Amino acid sequence: MKKYVWFLLSLCVLLTFAMPVCAQETEAQPQDTAKQIEESDEIAQNIAEPTEEPQAEAAKEEKFDVTSLIMGHIKDSHVWHILDYTKEENGEEVEVPVAVPLPVIVFANGHLDFFMSGAFHHGHEAVTKGDNTYILANDKIYLANEKGGLTFKNGEETTAMEFHEGLEYLEANATAEIANETPWDFSITKNVASMMLVSIILLIVFISFAKAYKKNPGRPKGMQAVLEPVFLYVRDDIIYPNLGSKTDKFLPYLATVFFFILFNNILGLIPFFPGNANVTGNIAVTMVLAIFTFLMINLNGNKDYWHHTFWMPGVPVFVKPILAVVELMGIIVKPVALMIRLFANISAGHIIILSLVSLIFIFQTIAVAPVSVIFVLFMDCLEMLVAFLQAYIFTMLSAVFISLAVAEHKHE
Amino acid sequence: MDLVTPGIGLVFWTTIIFLTLLIVLGKVAWKPINNAIKKRSQSIEDALNQAEIAREEMKKLQADNEKIMDEARAERDKMLKEAREIKDQIVAQAKSEAEKAAAKVMAEAEQKRDAMMVAAMADIKNQVLDLSIAVAEKVVRKQISTTPEQEMLVNDLVKEIKFN
Repeated sequence: MKKYVWFLLSLCVLLTFAMPVCAQETEAQPQDTAKQIEESDEIAQNIAEPTEEPQAEAAKEEKFDVTSLIMGHIKDSHVWHILDYTKEENGEEVEVPVAVPLPVIVFANGHLDFFMSGAFHHGHEAVTKGDNTYILANDKIYLANEKGGLTFKNGEETTAMEFHEGLEYLEANATAEIANETPWDFSITKNVASMMLVSIILLIVFISFAKAYKKNPGRPKGMQAVLEPVFLYVRDDIIYPNLGSKTDKFLPYLATVFFFILFNNILGLIPFFPGNANVTGNIAVTMVLAIFTFLMINLNGNKDYWHHTFWMPGVPVFVKPILAVVELMGIIVKPVALMIRLFANISAGHIIILSLVSLIFIFQTIAVAPVSVIFVLFMDCLEMLVAFLQAYIFTMLSAVFISLAVAEHKHE
Repeated sequence: MDLVTPGIGLVFWTTIIFLTLLIVLGKVAWKPINNAIKKRSQSIEDALNQAEIAREEMKKLQADNEKIMDEARAERDKMLKEAREIKDQIVAQAKSEAEKAAAKVMAEAEQKRDAMMVAAMADIKNQVLDLSIAVAEKVVRKQISTTPEQEMLVNDLVKEIKFN
């Protein structure tokens, strides 16, 4: 226990040192702070294009846009970016991104359209399907306005312009907000693809784990011996102390939640291609998980639970309505806390690691690299702990909340 | 703001993926794994219980053995004791019988001796009588005409002869 405290303390110290560094860097470039651009290569490509303001361009080239890089990573994406390489083209150096195009499934104006995200050419081209024209900007798909371009809601006035000019305007104005309508976007994004990968891994791992018991019902061997303690830990140390005799009923849900979060967390920590998606650090994913826990709590809540919620026994009558309001808030707050906790923890981990790596590019010297590498290594270890910890906490709290809802109270 | 706005697509896919995982893993993984582990721990518990029972039985058997041994030892002691008693009895009986026989033999010998003594005495008496008669004859032959005092004297003499 003491070790954990020290670990957390050292984390706090690290954070206090790391945060000012990031803050200073972002302060240094006030114009870019709110800018959200999907890939750094996009900036590079834009830089390569000749513009009317050479001074601004030079300044841009000097500065490394940390915020957009990190935000681009933290947020979901329609392409699975692998790496960039530079090649000579017409005497100029051009950065070429290598990315896996992902299927785009959008529903707008009564049409369900399906195409690969490669058709957007990293946002440089609009895609027209039937009556609908789609534009990819800031990693989000918008419906083009009547003129086939973007509309901005820009404080006082709304400006409409041609597609490419719109993109340039977006590049130049960090505060610009797009006012275009958005289609219903059911695309297989990077997070969805990563989640599917995790599901396949989970299925392969646990089906073979289950099969191992048929072949070898005795002493566990190999992979079975690795997974069994984890499974038993979930069952005997997380679920059983809370749910007791009801363990078997809630085991499938809680075990799925635990291993789903754990595997997504771990895959998110792998810095190269099949990993690095910020799945459990996405509010939509954590929201769905929290909703499932919410449903598990309230659909399984017994008479006592609802009695305690709406008409708390053992308190004066005038307190009962007040407590009912508090309890109702509690019902909502519990899953919301679960949602935010997981989202914030995993996102924060990714942000810290990316910030540390970015230090090399911010200072533009290789001398920072050893420091960055050591810190990132440390953070990766810490994030491994957090990956387990967050899976544990989510499962544990879900088990606690469910146990409160299904508990048999003893009244006189 | 974008960061904390859940996208409908991701919500949709997460729900589908998670539900699929929940159903499939629940059916093919968690239940079989949980049951297999339970079955195994049950079998381990049973084995331990059986070992405990076997140990108890072993103890009981050992106690029984001890008891049987004790009984056998007691039996042996008893048998030995009885044998000794029988022996003593036989010896005592033999002794008493021998004594009885000896006494009988002695009594018979005494009787025989007495009878012989009586016979010898009678014989001696007879011989003395005969001798006396012979003496008397001689005396009588010599002094037949003598006085009656003489005759009285002879009689007295004869009386004086004792058989001893």
